[in-house]
Amino acid sequence: MAQAELEQEQTETMTVRESIRQALREELEHDEDVYIIGEDVGAFGGVLEVTGNLYEEFGEERVRDTPIAEAGIIGAATGAAATGTRPVAELMFSDFTGVAMEQIMNQMAKMRYMFGGKTDMPVTVRTTEGGGMGAASQHSGTIHSWISHFPGLKAVAPGTAAAAKGLTKAAIRSDDPVFVFENKMIYEQQGEVPTDVEYTIPIGEAAVEREGEDVTVVGTQRLVGEALDVAESLSGDVSVEVIDPRSLYPLDTDTIVESVKKTGRMVVADESPLSYGTHAEIIARAQEEAFFSLDAPIQRVGTPDTHMPFSTPLEQEVLPGGEDVKDAIRRIT
Amino acid sequence: MSTHRDPRDRVQVLDEDGGVREGATVPDIDEDSLTEMYREMRLARHFDRRAVSLQRQGRMGTYPPLSGQEAAQVGSAMALADEDWIFPSYREHAAAHVRGVGLDSTLRYWMGDERGNDPDDANVFPVAVPIATQILHATGAAWAADLTGDDAAFLCYFGDGATSEGDFHEGLNFAGVFDVPAVFFCNNNQWAISVPRERQSASATLAQKAHAYGFEGVLVDGMDPLAVYQVTSDAVSKAKDPGPAGDDAPGRATRPTLIEAIQYRFGAHTTADDPSVYRDDDEVERWKRKDPIPRLEAYLRERGILDDESVDAIGESVESEVASAIDAAERTERPAPAEMFDHVHAERTERLDEQAAHLERLRERYGDEELLE
Ligand SMILES: Cc1ncc(C[n+]2csc(CCOP(=O)(O)OP(=O)(O)O)c2C)c(N)n1
Ligand SMILES: [Mg+2]
Repeated sequence: MAQAELEQEQTETMTVRESIRQALREELEHDEDVYIIGEDVGAFGGVLEVTGNLYEEFGEERVRDTPIAEAGIIGAATGAAATGTRPVAELMFSDFTGVAMEQIMNQMAKMRYMFGGKTDMPVTVRTTEGGGMGAASQHSGTIHSWISHFPGLKAVAPGTAAAAKGLTKAAIRSDDPVFVFENKMIYEQQGEVPTDVEYTIPIGEAAVEREGEDVTVVGTQRLVGEALDVAESLSGDVSVEVIDPRSLYPLDTDTIVESVKKTGRMVVADESPLSYGTHAEIIARAQEEAFFSLDAPIQRVGTPDTHMPFSTPLEQEVLPGGEDVKDAIRRIT
Repeated sequence: MSTHRDPRDRVQVLDEDGGVREGATVPDIDEDSLTEMYREMRLARHFDRRAVSLQRQGRMGTYPPLSGQEAAQVGSAMALADEDWIFPSYREHAAAHVRGVGLDSTLRYWMGDERGNDPDDANVFPVAVPIATQILHATGAAWAADLTGDDAAFLCYFGDGATSEGDFHEGLNFAGVFDVPAVFFCNNNQWAISVPRERQSASATLAQKAHAYGFEGVLVDGMDPLAVYQVTSDAVSKAKDPGPAGDDAPGRATRPTLIEAIQYRFGAHTTADDPSVYRDDDEVERWKRKDPIPRLEAYLRERGILDDESVDAIGESVESEVASAIDAAERTERPAPAEMFDHVHAERTERLDEQAAHLERLRERYGDEELLE
């Protein structure tokens, strides 16, 4: 969350994991139609410990373990949302989204449209993304470009603890299906998080996390923090502006375009594979509206078009990080 | 509540001539409702004929006919209360009508207008063409009702072919584990397009699959509206108020039921299909002897509930209802081009606004005629 915004709020320091759990807790308290479903989200507290003790706090009706059935989770949530409740479904790893894809792209995404507008679809799907845990290719994917591609769905991907809370709450309160993509390597990352229970971040609003003059870095998830570190290390040499789009769909094009018009240079850093994805979309929009302000080719930092290797040294090689962002900045400044 | 049923025993009330079978219990339905049941089936049959002909004349798109399947749809839908819900596939036009969806809405949908899926307060989910997907929605909605304390049952229709899909398994498994107030109603019409029932599953009946999920499976003559009504009523009461825990019979103490209604589709899978390629006329003729409409008519005439005069009057009223539905559907204004951007989200995103504005500029510049060229 941008510094200026944060200064107006009462805050508390906490990790991304705690901020998401706090968002879930507040929404369970705020609205009795909200409930959590997923695999091992109950007494176990989630495989990455996000739901934690919510089961003890709210009971098994509100925090419910389901059979291992991803299509089942998404399909049941779709039916439950169409008749008026607000399920929050967890897909343990985003890599398992494919199992539920029919229910996501043809059912959840299109239900409002197929109903001629006569229903809301207030489902939240939380899922984890990203490499770095040595978890091999089937538990390390970054698939958010996929979900952002289907009309009818919304997708958010927080890079800070504040954004994690604000976006999770906004997702739960939204009458549209919203996917919340949590990068698993930043669960322990700390940040200032507003304590106001009414605090939400509008879906579709980017944050300028650091202002700068020479180059714009649009970074997502883990790469927001890494880009901020790079910006700091280059200060006095290159003035770097860092933007966290926070929402991938809808995307806050205006904030990005405005920044590029000012700096004339852009790097897009996102952990998804480089081809046909999030980088391309952000870049296409920037050049549509800021082409004549560009002073250099736009750079992208992401995962090459290969799978996440099991071997830790290879995984570290494949994963995009701060050094890659720095190199990209160096290429154009 | 009924006694336990074995999923291999087919529940039947009427024989092929409309007589009551020996030992069968006739469900308790008043005379007006029996007449309504008959009229709904006649209406569905006539509607079906007219819909196919509209498609042939180019006045409607592809249409999935239901002739032969009226008893399963009408008998089951009549067993529901207002607060209950149905989750149709694409063939349940008759069930939807019983729920209160106008025939004009159904026609509008198949003429290509999602607003036809917008039946106010009928508690009908949208037509589901992707096979078996609606099963999970029914399970989820039933589950949600349980959480919010709504006293409703959730009845989901699907075909024999749908039982092969993963969503069938996941939906029924969830329903059993969470013991939700759902009724799964399988319209086993013997064919999934060109693939016969025995190629979908080596299971002796589809109803018996229920036991694997921990609830009751019931086999019923789906061309006998009284039998269908009876088993559906029982399933709905059990969904709302299950038997005492500890009842030993398989699935008696849990709320969901899987009903397999044996029936036959007399016509093509859809107007885009030619069934003569995969099945012979003899088979069709054999099943036509079980036609539900003459069966119920004979039963009602025998009891003095119908006579020549009332049957003719019903025939006339059915024709005029269908004619005015067609008229109403064809008179409905087509959706305006800009509406293609509505209902993607709760509110249009900025991006969609821009795309809508772009379309408007094109329309102003070139006009609709030229754009549609
Ligand atoms: C997921 C999916 N796969 C395939 C199809 C194509 N398809 C449409 S209807 C149909 C047959 C379905 O048979 P059944 O479930 O028995 O229902 P019936 O049409 O006989 O009522 C198929 C394969 C589809 N619509 N959706
Ligand atoms: Mg079939």
